[in-house]
Amino acid sequence: MDASNYLYISALLFTIGAVGVVVRRNAIVVFMCIELMLNAANLSLVTFSRINGNLDGQVMAFFTMVVAACEVVVGLAIIVAIYRSRQSASVDDASLLKR
Amino acid sequence: MMQLALEVGQTAKPEAVMFWILGPMAVVAALGMLLVKKAVHSAILMAFVMVVLAIFYIAQDAVFLGIVQIVVYTGAVMMLFLFILMLVGVDSSDSLTETIAGLRPIAITAAVGFGGLMVALLGRATLGRDAIGLSGANANGNVEGIAMELFSTYVFPFEVVSALLITAAMGAMVLAHTQRTKARPTQRQLSINRFRGTSLASAAGLPGPGVYARHNAVDVPALLPDGTPAPTSVNASLEARGDMLDYKKFDLSEVNTQIEEEK
Repeated sequence: MDASNYLYISALLFTIGAVGVVVRRNAIVVFMCIELMLNAANLSLVTFSRINGNLDGQVMAFFTMVVAACEVVVGLAIIVAIYRSRQSASVDDASLLKR
Repeated sequence: MMQLALEVGQTAKPEAVMFWILGPMAVVAALGMLLVKKAVHSAILMAFVMVVLAIFYIAQDAVFLGIVQIVVYTGAVMMLFLFILMLVGVDSSDSLTETIAGLRPIAITAAVGFGGLMVALLGRATLGRDAIGLSGANANGNVEGIAMELFSTYVFPFEVVSALLITAAMGAMVLAHTQRTKARPTQRQLSINRFRGTSLASAAGLPGPGVYARHNAVDVPALLPDGTPAPTSVNASLEARGDMLDYKKFDLSEVNTQIEEEK
């Protein structure tokens, strides 16, 4: 087994997350799919760190985790604010810019 | 020397076994995230994928990140997700029906193309290269190594990230705080709305759920005088969750009197 197998699984998880963002309608599930994409990128960063033999990739993954935590906090607050005003967490319902 | 390079470049046998067991499970769980109907089930599958990724990190000599992954992601972030799910509740957005025609085939085609492209690129980029491994970089310990990087080369990004965290906390507070734009209706106001509105139908309150000889619970609608179920007699969130039972099951003509009474 090669270390690059982790990169393949990271690519698969990233693709699945991207499909989820497009296909699902519940804003929270869409958000979880974004988290899945971030995690997949983290896995590839850790694997690159191992392939190249230095810790820069792991530091990058650490920063990604911090930014993802910030993003979750703000994003979920936005979802709650939208739910309060529209009584729905569906991404199809928030379509004021359409017309 | 050649033998050593091979051993470092190739992941050892136990790691391969772990990878081929956990890797497919993670992919199946991630696919399940897209296919399950309820958002809570998606969250549980997501937590599973995150735990698997934490194990992958630890297997790849990133012990610190593995622990952080479990503590921050499966601990804090997924708890936050479940908390918001509880707050927002269930509504029709959980349904898997396609609202934009043709979106799903396009998405799947694009995903197959994108995934295929990535895998093909990876196959070309990493072919014939040996991994160096982290035994040298982790010589003083993984946490110490990351700390050295973080507080020397990456000290400025580290400070910027701390500013980002504080800003995010402020932003969440601002977004979650709502100011009441109208005064809270008084008891008198509520009473006036109830009796001087367009209809007196709800003046006496909403009807209660059905009470049947063999089932006495809040999940079956009461029947109106003409025999149709009263939709307002059951809590709307029970209906959205799909937990509302069919009243016909408890209709007198449908009840089988031969079976013994439930104790």
